[in-house]
Amino acid sequence: MKLLRTIALAASMAVAGLMAMPAGAQDAGPDIYRKALEGKRIVLVPMAMGFDLAQGWTAILQREVKAFGGVLETRDPNWSTEAGAQAITEVISSDPKPDVLVVMSFDLNSYSKLLKKAQEAGIYVLLIDNPANFKADAYLGSDWTQLGRLEAEAAIKGCGDNSSKKIGLVQGDQVNATSLFQYAGIMDVLDKHPDFKVVAKPDSNWDATTSRNVTTTMLQQNPDICAIIDFWDGDATGAAAAIRDAKLEDKVFLVTTGGGEKASCDKIADGTFGAVVMTNLGQESYNMVTMIKYLLQSGQKPGTASPYIYTLLHATTKENMRPDSCWDLKALQAMANE
Amino acid sequence: MPISPAHIRIDRFLVSKGNSSYRQALNQETIVLAVTALIFLAAAVGLPGFIAPENLVAIVRSVSVLGILALGMGIVIIGRGIDLSAVAIMAMSVAWYLQLLNDGMSDGLAFAYVLALVLAIGAVNGFLAAYAEVPAIFVTLASGSFVFGFVRSQVISQDAVPVPPGNWVEVFGGFRLLDIPVEVFVFAVLALLTAFFLRFTKWGRYVYYAGDNPVAARNIGIPVRPMMVLRYVLSAVIAFVAGLLTAASLHSINTRVVNSTLLYDIILVAVIGGIGLSGGKGGVRNVLVGAALIGIMLNAMTIIDIPLIYQNLIKSTILLFAVIADGVLNPRDEQTAQQGDI
Repeated sequence: MKLLRTIALAASMAVAGLMAMPAGAQDAGPDIYRKALEGKRIVLVPMAMGFDLAQGWTAILQREVKAFGGVLETRDPNWSTEAGAQAITEVISSDPKPDVLVVMSFDLNSYSKLLKKAQEAGIYVLLIDNPANFKADAYLGSDWTQLGRLEAEAAIKGCGDNSSKKIGLVQGDQVNATSLFQYAGIMDVLDKHPDFKVVAKPDSNWDATTSRNVTTTMLQQNPDICAIIDFWDGDATGAAAAIRDAKLEDKVFLVTTGGGEKASCDKIADGTFGAVVMTNLGQESYNMVTMIKYLLQSGQKPGTASPYIYTLLHATTKENMRPDSCWDLKALQAMANE
Repeated sequence: MPISPAHIRIDRFLVSKGNSSYRQALNQETIVLAVTALIFLAAAVGLPGFIAPENLVAIVRSVSVLGILALGMGIVIIGRGIDLSAVAIMAMSVAWYLQLLNDGMSDGLAFAYVLALVLAIGAVNGFLAAYAEVPAIFVTLASGSFVFGFVRSQVISQDAVPVPPGNWVEVFGGFRLLDIPVEVFVFAVLALLTAFFLRFTKWGRYVYYAGDNPVAARNIGIPVRPMMVLRYVLSAVIAFVAGLLTAASLHSINTRVVNSTLLYDIILVAVIGGIGLSGGKGGVRNVLVGAALIGIMLNAMTIIDIPLIYQNLIKSTILLFAVIADGVLNPRDEQTAQQGDI
């Protein structure tokens, strides 16, 4: 009888088990994930849409946001702080409100109040690439001081011990955090190498023609400069032109920084740039995706925490360049449009 | 009162030059030239390497694109107009040209397309200003925005468009004669051509008449309207050349320049040199003086290593000084006031 009962129990358990199998393997995750993310509106406001970083971010975000059933919108301030502020104001008051605002700030302060307003309205704010005086729900991008340090180290290495040890800087401007922190980082390293000197540090205002003009003057005043650090690869083409014009390609090591699009690697390969300190765009974008997914499920109030999620930086040179050191915008966009 | 030799000299001067001419001898051009000379001398004495031939060449080169654009602007302003689309035409026409080349179109065909576009924009500017009688400031502001917006959104995908490797634009930019870069020669040739046009051709002289008094010019039979179209077409073509030179030197064109202060700098160079915004006055010499002042000032400040924000402050202070001096020495009278400044 006992045996019979056991067999019956076992059989019923087996049947129940078989029946329950789908129910037992049911993962609650996808449902929670879908409920939290589906239909969510993400708005990306970079400084402009027309440059490699912004287009790279958009391509990756587009693909990921679409995959979880959300909507990605972009705004193009086209390098105008006013247009950017207007876009953010409009986004905050739009109906329905966006759920996450991803913003690349122009400088330390311009957007601070606006972004605070966005958080008060219940919108998560992610700051990307350019730091600002504002407690965002996360900052994702480079540690610009560290970036400056890597540039200085690359310049010192490029110069070598038997050089003039004279370095020229082509700064961006005097308001953008990326320019100020880069400078601080460079000086940090140079303080530890007192034999290396900065002989000139003009601003390019991020413009290639200005960069060319100031570099030309710098090289005429100090023909024995061994390295130049230009604060952005967008205008470093100007510094490169000045070096080429002065026929100093073999003597001046040009260091710059950028998003690591294929064009940068091409310029490293042909010797125009000596070293480019690159941020890992893919990693940076996927960090954004992770934060968006996390925040939308966290249930926390916007502004609760403001972590810094720095992306690994790397000084790419001809020696350490690999086929995958740079990313290809066209390939990325093709992937996003699949 | 005994007449001193000095009095006689002044008197002769007045007689020979007509009324109020000792004032004209101290006009804006002279003042700016004097300021330029002073800065030049101070820099030559105080700054090591400033007077070196390479640096002087670098100064001319640094203002040659600005100067070329100011030549076009000068022609338009003398005819009592203004062209706010110059920078947009310069950047966007070349961006489109390079995009066509990068897409694999042949050089000649791409060039023909873009040149036709440039001529068309100039003609539209001129037509709207001359025949529809819309104020030039609005026409060109709108057409500049349109050209930028259209090319930026429909034709190119990024701010910067590279010159295809080995293209003639790249080769052209590398051209040197006696170590002098090609921009300097193009600037010189265009300055000579413009001066010749304004001074020695009939239509060039008409520009002054039309700028000084359009109604009178029309009454004596000058084709005022077609000539206005011509001026905007010339300005557009000159802008295209300036854009090609920029791309030649940097091996790419960055359309961000449209958002920069370049447009104001162009007007500044023309006006600071003494081309009055009320039209009918000035010439190529004024553009050269204005360009020299800006070039020397920026170069000296870069050598001293003054940060950009202070550079802008110093630049604007000197320019303000020149404008105030002009206002004091050449006060506006009823006639100039009625002409309507922009």
